[in-house]
Amino acid sequence: MSAPAIVGTIDEPPTAPPSRRERRADQNRSESSSHNRGPLMTTAGYVGMTVALLIVAVPLFWIIITSFKERGDIYVRPAQWWPNPATTENYHDVTTRIPFSNYFRNSLIITGVTSTVKIVLGVISAYALSLLRFPGRGIVFLVVIAALMVPNQITVISNYALVAQLGWRNTYQGIIIPLAGVAFGTFLMRNQFLSLPGEIIEAARLDGAGPLKLLWKVVLPMSWPTLVAFSLITVVNEWNEYLWPFLMSDDERVAPLPVGLTQLQNNDGVTNWGPVMAGTVLAMVPILVLFLVLQRQMIKGLTAGALKG
Amino acid sequence: MTPPYRKHVGSGARLSNVQSTQTQVPDRSDEVTGPPAGGPPPPVGEPPHRSSGRRWEWTLAGLLLAPNLVLLIVFTYRPLIDNFRLSFTDWNISSPTISWVGFSNYIEWFTRDDTKTVVLNTVIFTVATVGISMSLGLLLALLLDQRLKGRNLVRSAIFAPFVISGAAIGIAFQFVFDPSFGLVQDVLARLGIASPDFYQQSNWALFMVTVTYIWKNLGYSFVIYLAALQGRRADLDEAAEIDGASSWTRFRRVLMPQLRPTTFFLSITVLLSSVQVFDIIYAMTRGGPVGNGTTTLVFQVYQETFVNQRAGYGATVATVMFLVLLVVTVFQVRVMDKGSRK
Repeated sequence: MSAPAIVGTIDEPPTAPPSRRERRADQNRSESSSHNRGPLMTTAGYVGMTVALLIVAVPLFWIIITSFKERGDIYVRPAQWWPNPATTENYHDVTTRIPFSNYFRNSLIITGVTSTVKIVLGVISAYALSLLRFPGRGIVFLVVIAALMVPNQITVISNYALVAQLGWRNTYQGIIIPLAGVAFGTFLMRNQFLSLPGEIIEAARLDGAGPLKLLWKVVLPMSWPTLVAFSLITVVNEWNEYLWPFLMSDDERVAPLPVGLTQLQNNDGVTNWGPVMAGTVLAMVPILVLFLVLQRQMIKGLTAGALKG
Repeated sequence: MTPPYRKHVGSGARLSNVQSTQTQVPDRSDEVTGPPAGGPPPPVGEPPHRSSGRRWEWTLAGLLLAPNLVLLIVFTYRPLIDNFRLSFTDWNISSPTISWVGFSNYIEWFTRDDTKTVVLNTVIFTVATVGISMSLGLLLALLLDQRLKGRNLVRSAIFAPFVISGAAIGIAFQFVFDPSFGLVQDVLARLGIASPDFYQQSNWALFMVTVTYIWKNLGYSFVIYLAALQGRRADLDEAAEIDGASSWTRFRRVLMPQLRPTTFFLSITVLLSSVQVFDIIYAMTRGGPVGNGTTTLVFQVYQETFVNQRAGYGATVATVMFLVLLVVTVFQVRVMDKGSRK
């Protein structure tokens, strides 16, 4: 009985007030009042901000400067806090000595295909579960949503056996297909579709729009921000996915970047940090750039379960 | 603890039957649309327009839902059930032969020496990561819930590590904690403190993994708490202030109750993701040092199944972990229910 209870709680958006207008009023209220705090609080705020910024930035800075150091300069005490001389040797090394471009290509293929499939499946499942009427809709929704409560670790053993039996180890489909089911995205998009004004959908129906035209021309254009948020978190999660691709791939044929990084670490690791840090930086950069450009939508998507049921 | 899942799987399977066999669909039509009162049943060959529209809607819904449902049933619910079966066998993940061993895996797990270490590692890691990331996240959110210059920049910076791959962060932080040439030892040395051996000493290795995980995930609790604070009802706080309540009282009696749903949501999602962490531990320590210094239950599932080739025993560990998680989650729901009824 536990699963439905939890689903129920997530379903009820903890902070979302009943109506949109009220929500806006709430925001205004807090904006106008909660910012007037004493000077002590302001000082504490700046101190907190500085400390937090240092804790996040210093390790990243350290990793980046190391990736530009010569090998000998990494293994000195006390450490150098600026690469002198700076060299791109490590980047050259990591991209030529290991099949870095293969890992990168695999990451692009796996992330691209899995995300596309998940976004399409999430949208069409959510559409059926919110705007079509059919018997057993509630039960189907429960089946989808309860999958969120099943941890990966309990499914990997049996899934590994199944995929190995199919001869799909070291193939893209072996990595992609078992990851392609969508529970959270369905939940997110369904709530979005249910929040659309019923009159508009009814009007489009009366105008003779078929179900697919309704989805494509009316429902999706109105759901754009949520769809973008859902797509972004899917891309981030697939790009960072580790355990399953790690179990499915033995070498650079299909292994994505994170798996490639730990394979590189196996070879070099503690004894040759330079190329390892260069590889790590290269793996972090694409997703950080994506984050910097689209952070608003990304934060919305990643925190969606909590704030907007 | 398992009936809800079994029930869902059952209903899922039944439902996909309904969708695939068109003949069953009309049987159920009465339940939903209902026949026109007193009217004759629609002729078999030529259903009225309305009912054929309905049937078309059902077919469409079936078509749209089938791929996702099949994927979830085959790759989530089937292995969940199969894992229970495997936990009663001695299967070695590759051999075609498999034999039934009853409860012996469970007995082994409960009596083996390393179980205590693994459970303790899991509990320490989970309690520390959940407790610290939630309280630090709340503290930061409280400090940043005011008009400050550069606040948005700092908010993004704190959240950024959350989107980076755990494997990349694990590898990077293995170097940050390098006891001979890392960042931490350098800072400690400048303060005149000798660095602990994060690589060789189990307790320090667990500390290193825990700190790394918190560094990556703090932004999640922080951003969610901050959004909750900005959506709260400030008038309550003002009223309490006018009534002369101290700031501690306002925090405990006015703010925390309003944040309760957020705290509840975070306690479950943060707990579930921190119990399941694999990439950071694999990248940083491979479960070591000294055998199982940082091995958690999830890591033990991997270790036993894929390294020691004991899939049956691995499945047992996975089952135990799953049941414990269910119990803990139910307990959390109960506690929060009680609290909100007060």
